[in-house]
Amino acid sequence: MVQQLTSGERQNALIILLCVFVAGLAMAAAGGSDPLGMHGVIVMLFGASLGALVMRSYYDRQPDPDRLSHYYDDPIKAGVALTLAWAIFGMFMGVWTAAQLAWPDLSFDAGWSTFGRLRPTHTTGVIFGFGGNALIATSFHVVQRTSRARLAGQVSPWFVLLGFNLFCILAVTGYFMGVTQSKEYAEAEWYADLWLVVVWVTYFVLFLRTIARRKEPHIYVANWYYMAFIVVVAILHIVNNLALPISFGQAKSYTIWAGVQDSMVQWWYGHNAVAFFLTAGFLAMLYYYLPVRAQRPIFSYRLSILSFWGITFFYMWAGSHHLHYTALPHWVQNLGMTFSVMLLVPSWASAGNALLTLNGAWHRVRDDATLRFIFVAAVFYGLSTFEGSFMAIRPVNALSHYTDWTVGHVHAGALGWVAFITFGSIYTLVPSLWKRERMYSPALVEVHFWLAVAGTLIYVFSMWNSGILQGLMWRTYTQEGTLAYSFLDSLVAMYPYYIARACGGLLFLLGAIVAAYNIWMTVRAVPASAAERQSDVPDTGLAPGAAATPAE
Amino acid sequence: MAELFHRKLERTAIGFVVAIIAAASVGGIVEIAPLFTIHTTVEEAPDMRVYTPLELAGRNIYIREGCYACHSQMIRTLRDEVERYGPYSLAVESKYDRPMLWGSKRTGPDLARVGGKYSDFWHVAHLNNPRDVVPESNMPAYRFLARTALDTGDLQRHLRAQQALGVPYTDAMIANAASDAFGQAAPDSPFAAGVTERYGEKTQVSAFDGVVTQLTEMDALVAYLQVLGRLTDAAYSNTAAPEQAPDPTN
Repeated sequence: MVQQLTSGERQNALIILLCVFVAGLAMAAAGGSDPLGMHGVIVMLFGASLGALVMRSYYDRQPDPDRLSHYYDDPIKAGVALTLAWAIFGMFMGVWTAAQLAWPDLSFDAGWSTFGRLRPTHTTGVIFGFGGNALIATSFHVVQRTSRARLAGQVSPWFVLLGFNLFCILAVTGYFMGVTQSKEYAEAEWYADLWLVVVWVTYFVLFLRTIARRKEPHIYVANWYYMAFIVVVAILHIVNNLALPISFGQAKSYTIWAGVQDSMVQWWYGHNAVAFFLTAGFLAMLYYYLPVRAQRPIFSYRLSILSFWGITFFYMWAGSHHLHYTALPHWVQNLGMTFSVMLLVPSWASAGNALLTLNGAWHRVRDDATLRFIFVAAVFYGLSTFEGSFMAIRPVNALSHYTDWTVGHVHAGALGWVAFITFGSIYTLVPSLWKRERMYSPALVEVHFWLAVAGTLIYVFSMWNSGILQGLMWRTYTQEGTLAYSFLDSLVAMYPYYIARACGGLLFLLGAIVAAYNIWMTVRAVPASAAERQSDVPDTGLAPGAAATPAE
Repeated sequence: MAELFHRKLERTAIGFVVAIIAAASVGGIVEIAPLFTIHTTVEEAPDMRVYTPLELAGRNIYIREGCYACHSQMIRTLRDEVERYGPYSLAVESKYDRPMLWGSKRTGPDLARVGGKYSDFWHVAHLNNPRDVVPESNMPAYRFLARTALDTGDLQRHLRAQQALGVPYTDAMIANAASDAFGQAAPDSPFAAGVTERYGEKTQVSAFDGVVTQLTEMDALVAYLQVLGRLTDAAYSNTAAPEQAPDPTN
């Protein structure tokens, strides 16, 4: 890590970490006994421990001057490790909260362990911890390979990766303490949000500067998606989180948006967090790791263009489908529904493009569990985008909204699509990143695959059942024209499904643990590949013999 | 031709980013900006009052504990919802809510009109252990609320921040925030009168958790639950635009 930095860069890293430490100190001093003070201590510890790490290697020998003619892979390796750590944490919290719904006394007699506080640790842990680290790590990998250029910075990739993780830590520890804005998927408070803006702007600049160094005339499709992910998430994050803290020494703030306007801003954010965090960035993975693993070029360039601009334009209108039949004006609901239905076109263009790319490689799908992860991801992407468009239709939404059907839909996307494409990408990435011949155990990849498939199906089917049952029970009338079921009747009917769901989630968690073990052993125990692939170096203009990598 | 243009666009990173921002901005601008300019978006409700300091503190506890993850506060315009929960929710009812707590999931029932539906005593028993009163419930127990003193020291700051954002708290309300919080939960104390004076006769002054000597988080949360749906009567009156008879001469 630190060995790859020159002494000047080590110095810069130390200065940044010192600033982080001082900021933490200021927070601790201003916050006192407020949770903000506790967060100040966490920030100080974060800065100090990383500072110690840099100090330990501060006087180590200088890096090979040749390093700039290689890809910069160290931050990617750390990113993969963090991805897996957050996956296990986030999924464990998911299983715990799922179990709490079936067995409500599964908490301690203290605030931190109740469902309401644990739930955002699960959502933030998996979306931002697991998903976000996977996006940052793969974006660093993909942008270098498809641009045939090294990352445009030595310290800034570390700043982006570790700074983002500091945000995640502040967010999750905050929820345990009851620090939350209560905006779903944007629960972190104002100071963590400000920090994320700093990190994100750095990420944007780093990414664009790397693109600017590219040796290919065209920007590859995957990078379009990464750019959309970075840029639009910045816009969403800033607008939705505008807030006034009650004082600079306290964590609590009040959002500048109120009531109906707040609902629209929140779901404009919320749905596009799905679009640009959980879709665009992961489509970028699909567009790179799928052709690499299948050894087939992407089926259609035109379809890629259609789906990219369709997703970028349509998605931003769709958020109001979360607010059907509410106090939000009808015209906004109609716009949201219309665009949600139209979204099916670009979504299925992407899913179809992915599946057609596999034409001619189906034998690999059969034999290679890693490629099968990517294949199942594309299938679930198609299924859950269809389901999403369907559920956005007002009369369907009348039944599905507020029920577990929504939860099932989200997990069809989050498990079946996001997690599958991530694991498929990681299994493709890990051997090449650590220059290993292969994964430690292809059999364990197979085990992970079937655990993940079984877990996803059990989860999604139980939530479909419970959600539709719940929705129907709420609206069933007796022949006398009175409501047939009390709310409690519907809750009692949910228990078997809640137990099944917790089991499905547990299988998925076990799969992630198997993956982490397999990857750990790959790094530890698998011999390095005999010859480093000649082509896996950036095009510096010095190696005319370097083979061209497919960029489109 | 279109493809030719895109081949060009793909060659410029800055141009591509500008195109993304342009494409992605339209939807949000068209859907959000008019919500501030079309005045019928939020109904008129002259009787609408702001939350008392105690209720606001309770609302912040509701937020802190993540109650919104399982309880919505938005009754939709559907027959079964209106019959189960009461008149459908109006935009004006949450116009002082920062953030809104409409919710997205009903693991438990909607709470938009729970105020006054149950006694204070029921709420306290239910929050202490939901299964004592509803054996089938899967809600967590919140025993710690009744043994945690409410922090009233920063209530003024909360009200002042709300005032800065446009919620009509008066300076007198801000100045008396802490004593009003205490008074609302201590009906026989000299501080109780100020609460109804500043927030209206309909404000519920009660010993919420049954103990008047100490102001707890339980007091605050129950005070909040009891005011849900009762800040205005607008939902119970006809809010439809008056129908105009067709004018044959026009």
